[in-house]
Amino acid sequence: MNQLLRFTTAGSVDDGKSTLIGRLLYDSKSIFEDQLEAVEASSAKKGFDYVDLSLLTDGLKSEREQGITIDVAYRYFATPKRKFIIADTPGHIQYTRNMVTGASTANLALILIDARKGLVEQTYRHSFIASLLKIPHVIVCVNKMDLVDYQEEVFEKIVNDYKAFSSKLEIHDIQFVPISALAGDNVVNRSEKMDWYQGATLLHMLETVHIESDHNHIDSRFAVQYVVRPQTQSHQDFRGYAGRISGGIFRAGDEILVLPSGFTSKIKSIQVGEEVIEQAFAPMSVTITLEDEIDISRGDIIAKPNNHPQSEQDVDVMLCWMNQRAVNLNTKFFVRHTTKEVKGVLKEIQYKLDINSLQRLENVDQLTMNDIARVKIRTAQPLAFDSYRKNRITGSIILVDEGTNETVAAGMIV
Amino acid sequence: MSQYYLSHLKELESEAIFVIREVVAQFEKPALLFSGGKDSIVLAYLSRKAFYPARIPFPLVHIDTGHNFPETMEYRDWLVNELGVKLIVGSVQESIDKGRAKEETGFNASRNALQTVTLLDTIEQYKFDAAMGGARRDEEKARAKERFFSHRDEFGQWDPKNQRPELWNLFNGRKHQGEHFRVFPISNWTEMDVWQYIQSERIPIPKLYYAHQREVIERDGAILSTSPWLKLKPNEIPSIRTVRFRTCGDMPITGAVESTADTIEKIIEEVAASRKTERGTRADDKRSETAMEDRKKSGYF
Repeated sequence: MNQLLRFTTAGSVDDGKSTLIGRLLYDSKSIFEDQLEAVEASSAKKGFDYVDLSLLTDGLKSEREQGITIDVAYRYFATPKRKFIIADTPGHIQYTRNMVTGASTANLALILIDARKGLVEQTYRHSFIASLLKIPHVIVCVNKMDLVDYQEEVFEKIVNDYKAFSSKLEIHDIQFVPISALAGDNVVNRSEKMDWYQGATLLHMLETVHIESDHNHIDSRFAVQYVVRPQTQSHQDFRGYAGRISGGIFRAGDEILVLPSGFTSKIKSIQVGEEVIEQAFAPMSVTITLEDEIDISRGDIIAKPNNHPQSEQDVDVMLCWMNQRAVNLNTKFFVRHTTKEVKGVLKEIQYKLDINSLQRLENVDQLTMNDIARVKIRTAQPLAFDSYRKNRITGSIILVDEGTNETVAAGMIV
Repeated sequence: MSQYYLSHLKELESEAIFVIREVVAQFEKPALLFSGGKDSIVLAYLSRKAFYPARIPFPLVHIDTGHNFPETMEYRDWLVNELGVKLIVGSVQESIDKGRAKEETGFNASRNALQTVTLLDTIEQYKFDAAMGGARRDEEKARAKERFFSHRDEFGQWDPKNQRPELWNLFNGRKHQGEHFRVFPISNWTEMDVWQYIQSERIPIPKLYYAHQREVIERDGAILSTSPWLKLKPNEIPSIRTVRFRTCGDMPITGAVESTADTIEKIIEEVAASRKTERGTRADDKRSETAMEDRKKSGYF
């Protein structure tokens, strides 16, 4: 059974990120002839004497004109073992919001380090975001090994430096691989120039990293998305709760608790379309029916009587501000959490984080684009939430501007 | 714990169903844009799964160019009946007759771009506030940057620089009066995923996708079916060949591939071995390097 692995990459123009993605696509034979021909033609047009694989990930006209990447682009490739979705984001400081977006759904982060430069500001920033967004796995690619004569010492020093730095972060699974994206060493094919390296190639790591436990399978959570009521002759009394499991396991016969009402019942059946299934777990989309007729609507959370989220109106959040317009204290928003939307207000900014130094800046009363801050939000109705650490789905929120309707911030509940 | 994970197809299915349900929950008048192609067929079947045992709570909207393959029309009418869903047809011919759109002329004339006018008119006429489509991010580079929930202004236009960030499973469908959303539930699927899903769910598809004998001509490297709308050049002599279609667009612009794949299994083998993208058979995308980006900005699918 092939699994899906979502990973994010971040990098600046010159650290070889686009070349690496191009290399993964090319060496795994995910590039089509017509795409390759287009890239060959563009390379020739630019006067290059090699095929610039980074052109494979070039996006829109407006970007090519300016030679930049403006947003998250999604790429796809598959090997016989897994299917991969790459969220490809630019890495400049002004793109923190894009990195956060790409990281929000990722199982794994690829962090690129230029072997000649070692750890730089950007390395710290990417790693911090991976840690903040609780990406379960990180692979550090020490790239451009060809430019340092494939020396083991260079790689070892970077590995040690990175380990020392990352011990301050919450990243639990880190692997390191020395590569040359340009020459293809250790990306898909094993390098012949680095005998001293006994580890796996990058692709092998991507194919084998253990992602089965990335979802929470302990704390049962189900946010009701939509109530299915056919009201037809054949299904007159059918009342099903449609939604996607965000944590734990639900089985027919399980005792459940509904929040915020506090009603309890038992699961009568679980279905996916016409198929009745025995058990459901994250991230399955299912329809659940209950033994009792109780009042449940969109935004309610179904959990277990002995294990349910806390229900509160004051929420502590690590917030990433994503809008050009700055925000001040006491600004009101719509808060979106699971399938619920409530009004909320920014009550307090406890501190802002300098994401390069991880220093806390206090006495802040305004947040600007790309700021990350610890804040308190007060909501008009209680939210039934978990900490983001416990569950990335029931622990995350977005803020929506009341006037423009734009998504202005992303929040991880502390 | 290891038994608690999904195959990639099941995970994509679950994601798509979540998005479709989110559309129905967040919008007042959603619709599904149905082209008769495999992607919108999969979308219709996913919609059935999402709301079963209730009927699909939105209509299928077909923007009819009048240049469809007869097989597509036959399939469309069968499917509408099978799913018990309402069908709304927006006619490009009517837009032309009313002077809203102007027919292209010449040998490579196409009604592809004209669809945008009819599409936007239909959305306005029925006051649809969300139109779901089967576009996938792997199809084309402008699509690779598309959101699941794609905001359109009151003129139906797409602004790639001003997209709402989309995080986790939190989709923001808030909008002002007159604006609408395009929603792409199978954004993360590839061509191969679609075929594998059609196979595993045993979804019937139009006969066009299977190898068959057809009268065709070859023009600029593309194999085109003869039809009343294809003007032949003097040196173009039709012949009968065994072909199939990888995509299912308008008859005069959709290229066929030579193929003997007459079962889903053989199609999947062929797609796996193929070294060309499926849109490589579409003359509409070959007009310029940024053809899709430009059309999307103006409100195309």
